[in-house]
Amino acid sequence: MAQEIWWASPSFWRKSAIWVTGLSFVILIFLTFDTVKQITAGSPRVPAYSVINKRIDYVFNTERNFQVPVIGQDEPLFGKMLTEEEAEALVSHGKLTTQAKNCMNCHTLLGNGSYYAPDLTKSWLDPSWGSKEAREQGMVDFLMNPQDRLHNALGRKMPNLGITEDEAKATVAFLKWMSSIDTNGFPANFKPIDQADAPVAAAPATAEPAPEVSAAPAQQ
Amino acid sequence: MSALGILTNANLNGGQKLAVKYFTVAIALFGAQVLFGLLAGIQYLNPDFLFGILDFSVNRMLHINAMVVWLLFGFIGSVYWLLEDESGVPVAGLALGNLIFWIFTLAVVVVVLVYLLVQVGPGELKSIWLINEGREYIEAPRWADIGIVVCVLAFFYNVAATFMKGKFTGIAGVLVLDLIALAGLYLAGMYYTPNISMDQHWWWWVIHLWVEATWEVLVGCLMAYGLIKTMGVRRKIVETWLYIEVALMFGSGILGLGHHYFWIGTPEYWFTIGGFFSALEPIPLVAMVVHAVFDAGHHKLKSTNNPALAWIIAQAFGNFFGAGVWGFMHTLPQINLYTHGTQWTASHGHLAFFGAYATMVIAFLYIALQKWRGGVYMSSNLAGAWKWKWAIFLLHLGMIAMVMGLLIAGYEQSQIERAIEGSTWMGYFTAQAHPWFVQGMFWRQIGGWVFAAGFVLLAWDLMTIGKRETRPALVHSEAEGT
Ligand code: HEC
Ligand code: HEM
Ligand code: HEM
Ligand SMILES: [Fe+2]
Repeated sequence: MAQEIWWASPSFWRKSAIWVTGLSFVILIFLTFDTVKQITAGSPRVPAYSVINKRIDYVFNTERNFQVPVIGQDEPLFGKMLTEEEAEALVSHGKLTTQAKNCMNCHTLLGNGSYYAPDLTKSWLDPSWGSKEAREQGMVDFLMNPQDRLHNALGRKMPNLGITEDEAKATVAFLKWMSSIDTNGFPANFKPIDQADAPVAAAPATAEPAPEVSAAPAQQ
Repeated sequence: MSALGILTNANLNGGQKLAVKYFTVAIALFGAQVLFGLLAGIQYLNPDFLFGILDFSVNRMLHINAMVVWLLFGFIGSVYWLLEDESGVPVAGLALGNLIFWIFTLAVVVVVLVYLLVQVGPGELKSIWLINEGREYIEAPRWADIGIVVCVLAFFYNVAATFMKGKFTGIAGVLVLDLIALAGLYLAGMYYTPNISMDQHWWWWVIHLWVEATWEVLVGCLMAYGLIKTMGVRRKIVETWLYIEVALMFGSGILGLGHHYFWIGTPEYWFTIGGFFSALEPIPLVAMVVHAVFDAGHHKLKSTNNPALAWIIAQAFGNFFGAGVWGFMHTLPQINLYTHGTQWTASHGHLAFFGAYATMVIAFLYIALQKWRGGVYMSSNLAGAWKWKWAIFLLHLGMIAMVMGLLIAGYEQSQIERAIEGSTWMGYFTAQAHPWFVQGMFWRQIGGWVFAAGFVLLAWDLMTIGKRETRPALVHSEAEGT
């Protein structure tokens, strides 16, 4: 035990630990600056809150090889065009409602949370709302009185969380905004609600939609 | 020292008297965690159970918050436990530490009562300040966040000042730096934003950089001390291993954070960075197994405290399987696209938290009880040893049954809901109604009951172990010799 092999000495490993930790942390900080910039509302990946004035779809993009949110024509929520500030206030009220009512301890949002109820990332686009016309009011009614509206054979109901009409509308705004976030194709293979204006008689149901060039988020 | 086998604070030093208070609250909250886990599990099988009274969200929040708090209390207790021993001097500012314990405990009680009785609030900022923040694991309202930060600062002062005054060992150095990081990270979880991507981005700083970096290193320190205590392993060996573990854990775990940045709006470069570094995270966990098992084998499994050693070995394997293997299974984006946010995640969460953290705290409870009873014998041929043996067996059996049930449910869910049905509302329920899923939930519940039985036995054993024992604890040379 007279002399010490360098790689078995505490001081070598102490220094390694410090350097490795420091280096990893510095890299993380650099990446964080870039990431925070890219996920600030109003960027290509995370649209501005006023996107709730538009139609939002989720369409397969051949270049990226997964579905991406596509922002379309004007389609104001509850028929009212909002300014950026109004939209932010509304979405924020909705976000606060999701926190105060603890949605994430039953649902996942962006895939994080609890697994007792469906993921809400694309709930704005869920085909089960029936039609595009019925959707807004349907969502508000559901959120205010979910306990009377069972949609599954398991008997798993959402409880009444005391959501007011204002809170319900704001929550719908939040959900609509959330569906516009570019989530790199999560959830995969999602089948969005039909949002075409006039029902198309025999649309080829299985064919891939043509690659959207127009408003697809500019991201390679 | 008073008579052997009698539980009395006279056997403890100042820090240890405080430690056992933390341990007592920890074990009570562990019981609460099990209780609310069982209630939430029942609701999967029978959704009408307590519907509108204690909804799933409330039970689940209490389940995971009780977990976070009992583990933190267990860690804080463990650090107070080893503080005077490791530094060689009395705890600096112990009176403050005691005061903080009572404030912390009172705050926890108030938060729990509000969760139970108020449950939800209006969609306003004041709900987040007073009722709950609605963000998984860190639901505690903002006033409590601030309280927690104050308490942790006081705790940190105790630790750092004591080591400063006495010996500043290698374990001490790692511990002090780690506690700074651990407390600092909590701040990342304390702000409100309407932007859910930003929210999740910082939320993962707290959750991931806690469990896959700072907590992991904290238990590394506890493990190092535990091995010295139970088996008399040489300090130099233990501390060298600790540095290796820190290098590997921080080197993989810090950038491994990226495995949570695949689908929340964050850029695509995280696929590569998160996938690569998180795939390396099992390596330090292998190192920890090698370390513990090698030392145990080297000392021929002869220890001064058999139950503690058994839990330390359980920790090494539990950490490796729960975090390392179960984590690795779903960490690459190519699989995580389908497993993200399914029961697969729950399977991993259970095995990892139990295997890596619950086990370590339990090991410390046994180390503490031995001294609390005056340094009683706790090696082989201990009277009533069946209790700790059956407790560790039932807790593991129950946990493994739960984890396997959840994993099978998770396989089914990722295939049917995620891959085939594309995660719609209907797709979700198609998968939830599938017999494989329902059977998974059923076996989880059976596992839950077995686990609960193990918990009861554990609590009973902790109250009684060494009670009528008259032999003194072995000392290390004897433990090796016999
Ligand atoms: C106690 C658990 C629980 C809580 C809390 C909860 N939900 Fe639900 N939620 C459910 C369940 C269960 C369903 C499925 C109901 C059904 O199928 O009939 C559901 C369904 C939904 C749906 C329709 C499903 C879909 O995919 O679009 C939406 C939207 C929704 N919840 C939104 C919310 C929001 C917003 C909150 C918080 C304000 C919330 N939920 C809180 C349990 C919960
Ligand atoms: C002791 C250490 C660990 C603990 C306690 C732990 C715990 C958890 C928990 C509780 C979650 C779910 C979080 C949520 O509620 O959304 C989670 C998610 C995850 N963990 Fe771990 N983990 C540990 C280590 C690891 C390691 C080492 C890896 C990878 C090798 C890993 C990979 C993952 C991944 C990929 C997810 C995301 C799952 C998803 O997409 O839904 N974990 N972990
Ligand atoms: C009696 C035993 C237990 C039962 C019945 C139980 C049940 C549950 C249930 C029903 C959930 C909610 C999952 C969901 O959202 O669908 C849950 C979540 C969780 N439980 Fe347990 N649990 C038990 C013990 C434990 C133990 C001992 C630990 C760790 C020490 C633990 C850690 C967790 C974690 C980390 C989560 C969150 C998982 C995630 O979000 O991925 N549980 N548990
Ligand atoms: Fe992680």
